[in-house]
Amino acid sequence: MYSWNFAPVLANSDLLLAGLWNTLALTFVALAGGLPVGLALALARLSGTRSLSVPAGIVIEVFRTTPPLVQLFWFYFGLPIVLNVEMTPYLAAALTFTIQSGAFFAEIFRAGIVSVDKGQREAARAIGMSSTQTMARIVLPQAVKRMFPAMMERSIELMKTTTLVATVSYADLLYQANELAQKTFRPLEVFTAAALIYFVTISLFSALGALVERRMAASGEMAAR
Amino acid sequence: MAGPVLSLKGLGKRFGASPVFSGVDLDVASGDRIAIIGASGSGKSTLLRCINFLERPDEGRVILGGEPVGEARQRGGGTEMRYDERALNRLRQRVGMVFQQFNLFPHMTVIANVMEGLVTVKRIARDEARPKALAELARVGLADKAEAYPAHLSGGQKQRVAIARALAMEPEILLFDEPTSALDPALVGEVLNTIQSLAEDGRTMLLVTHEIGFAYHMATRVIFLAEGGIYEQGTPDEVLKAPRRPLTQAFIAGHRRFNF
Repeated sequence: MYSWNFAPVLANSDLLLAGLWNTLALTFVALAGGLPVGLALALARLSGTRSLSVPAGIVIEVFRTTPPLVQLFWFYFGLPIVLNVEMTPYLAAALTFTIQSGAFFAEIFRAGIVSVDKGQREAARAIGMSSTQTMARIVLPQAVKRMFPAMMERSIELMKTTTLVATVSYADLLYQANELAQKTFRPLEVFTAAALIYFVTISLFSALGALVERRMAASGEMAAR
Repeated sequence: MAGPVLSLKGLGKRFGASPVFSGVDLDVASGDRIAIIGASGSGKSTLLRCINFLERPDEGRVILGGEPVGEARQRGGGTEMRYDERALNRLRQRVGMVFQQFNLFPHMTVIANVMEGLVTVKRIARDEARPKALAELARVGLADKAEAYPAHLSGGQKQRVAIARALAMEPEILLFDEPTSALDPALVGEVLNTIQSLAEDGRTMLLVTHEIGFAYHMATRVIFLAEGGIYEQGTPDEVLKAPRRPLTQAFIAGHRRFNF
């Protein structure tokens, strides 16, 4: 019978918390960068100008269809060779997940934008709004509300995918857990504790998202048209 | 006497290879109220939408206040029209449009819908735009709904807000694209009354409608579209009471049939 002992984990909880901090930092950067990248890719893909839509389409498809681990290796090992630049684990991870989440967000943005009724655009143009004003004031605010649940889902997925950065020695939560497991010889307890931290963090994030979603619904539009 | 506020010269539109209409000539003087009628598919809405360039006409010209819209360029054998995006945005400020489906902005309150053009397009400060928008809402009898969201309005109220939104831009011409076709019969009256009061203010308007009775009372001129162009036109009495040509006669007879 295995006897559980969480004492060594608790004694070293600062290590795990440092890892959590790095995971959160990376997730935040990838989200903050991925949203504008995704919007830009979506607008480029929808632009109707082939010199924009084709490259955007290629970036989106490549990053959606290749394994994130391979992408991470491209940036960490490949980019320094090709471009002769210095790469830190953090930089490689931030780049990979910014672009990768951008590619996924682009498709969510695109679906959201396309879902806004054509009459909305026409009404905006009919009072003299430019296409940029129409997008910013009329189409995107409606699209974002509809996209929000999918965005939340993707963000949760992103936080879990960042665990791959342990492979390039970025000290995220999972990397720290691995270190601690080897140090304490208590892998079951350590990884269970790590899973618990992910569970709590993502649940909190999720609850926050649900709150925002309800707020948006209360502000009118979703109460049917 | 000033020239027409709006002229169409040889206006034509195709969808793919099939022409919707062609060679449409029309002069609209200030204060004219023109009802455009015709069978579905006769191009009434498309004609209206070519005036504010929600559809690009394929031939002919739109002349607003004496100034032709767009530049004609010689290309190959024929002339090609080029329309500057910003010029079209300016034109649309002068030509208001009310849609069949209202197309209110659902994420904004009623007052914000009416203010949107003033603030975003005309760059008027919010505290200046607000009383102006409220005045337009009062004109359509909905000042008390200023803070409501469109989702909480009836269809007739939505359409009146849409009219206020168009009016707020102080357009020289108003285009109505079947403004009552999406409404419950019980709500048609309030919208027609609103349009009627604008007519009494002497506003220049073009109205695509199936409400033949309303067209008869409101319009100064009636245009019947058929066979890809203006088939017959004249005063309401001429076109609606005593049509001269067979398609007009059949159309009017069809609408008369169940009146009693």
